[in-house]
Amino acid sequence: MKLSKNFTNPLAANNPVIVQILGICSALAVTVKLEPAFVMGISVTFVCAFSNLLMSLLRNSVPSRIRIIVQLVVIATLVIVVDQVLRAFMYDVSKQLSVYVGLIITNCIVMGRVEAFALGNKPWASFVDGIANGLGYTIILVMVAFFRELFGSGSLFGQTIIPESWYIANGGFYSNTGLMLFPPMALIIVGCIIWIHRTINKDLQEK
Amino acid sequence: MLNLFINSALIENMVFAYFFGMCSYIAVSKSVKTALGLGAAVTFVQVMTVPLNYLLNQYVLTPSNINGGVDLSFLSFILFIAVIAAFVQLVEMIVEKFSPSLYNQLGIFLPLIAVNCAIMGGSLFMQQMVGTEINSVGDSIVYGLGSGIGWWLAIVMMAAIREKIEYSHVPAAMKGPGIAFIITGLMGIAFMIFSGIQL
Repeated sequence: MKLSKNFTNPLAANNPVIVQILGICSALAVTVKLEPAFVMGISVTFVCAFSNLLMSLLRNSVPSRIRIIVQLVVIATLVIVVDQVLRAFMYDVSKQLSVYVGLIITNCIVMGRVEAFALGNKPWASFVDGIANGLGYTIILVMVAFFRELFGSGSLFGQTIIPESWYIANGGFYSNTGLMLFPPMALIIVGCIIWIHRTINKDLQEK
Repeated sequence: MLNLFINSALIENMVFAYFFGMCSYIAVSKSVKTALGLGAAVTFVQVMTVPLNYLLNQYVLTPSNINGGVDLSFLSFILFIAVIAAFVQLVEMIVEKFSPSLYNQLGIFLPLIAVNCAIMGGSLFMQQMVGTEINSVGDSIVYGLGSGIGWWLAIVMMAAIREKIEYSHVPAAMKGPGIAFIITGLMGIAFMIFSGIQL
């Protein structure tokens, strides 16, 4: 019962990205297309889940003075694993993600969940918490990428959605919004998502 | 070198072009004074860590005489973050000693410089630019300075705007982070006019 609440809470009501404003750093740059956004989300979920699990197992044996360094080492090791796997099996996507895979280390969600949850809870609960927060992050990434790819490139997952005959070049009325591909639009879309989310959840509004 | 500086500070601004360091950027940009302090700390850490990581990258990670010709570049994440974490610890101690009021204001965000993407991202971009834009320790210092100042500029501008917007009628659901994102987006569009400048 409590575990299922732990799982659903980070997905919407207490989403790490739009409520706690964590992990935006590496989030938005990969949202030009859906595919890298999706891969990035899965990678963060993996790192978050296993760093929570490992730190929860180690929580009684690590002195609190040096815990930050231990956390960084655990997280960095997991990120190196993710990076090597991506390079081996999904080379194109790993090229698109470039430095952002390395930046999972400095993703505040991973570190934040270890600090706030894994250090005070049992391994299984921490693992579930890590997966849920990773998925909460993935949802936002995919939402932003959906709008940016659909309106910016007229496609989804690389598949063309807008019919060719609609484009002005082919005698139609439609053209892609180039601005969607530029970084500022990702911020504005997240701002709008926060707006809608807080209109529904009134208790999150400030003052 | 001037070109590299302008490029890293204005054109490829850490915040507006790459979203680096957004977490503390949104959270600490409520007053100009705090933003100035954090920006200075970030710039200092950036200027020190980028050249350090450049040297490590040149002499330890890539095949060289020191490590016997072994390619250790897969270890770069863990080595960079260790250098950064050690340096942030140092800055924290310095700020606590010389400016306790700033230390109390920055609170949790001072240790969080260690996980500020702008710092780690600066080092990772530096690693990618080795051989093209960055060819010496001097270049890496300029790059660190430029990207740090770019971040500093962004957070101070943001804090100044947010101090004014306190008195405006923002829709209730947009207050706080919502409007901060929209403003950052609009500032990013404004910063796009710098693209293409060559010196």
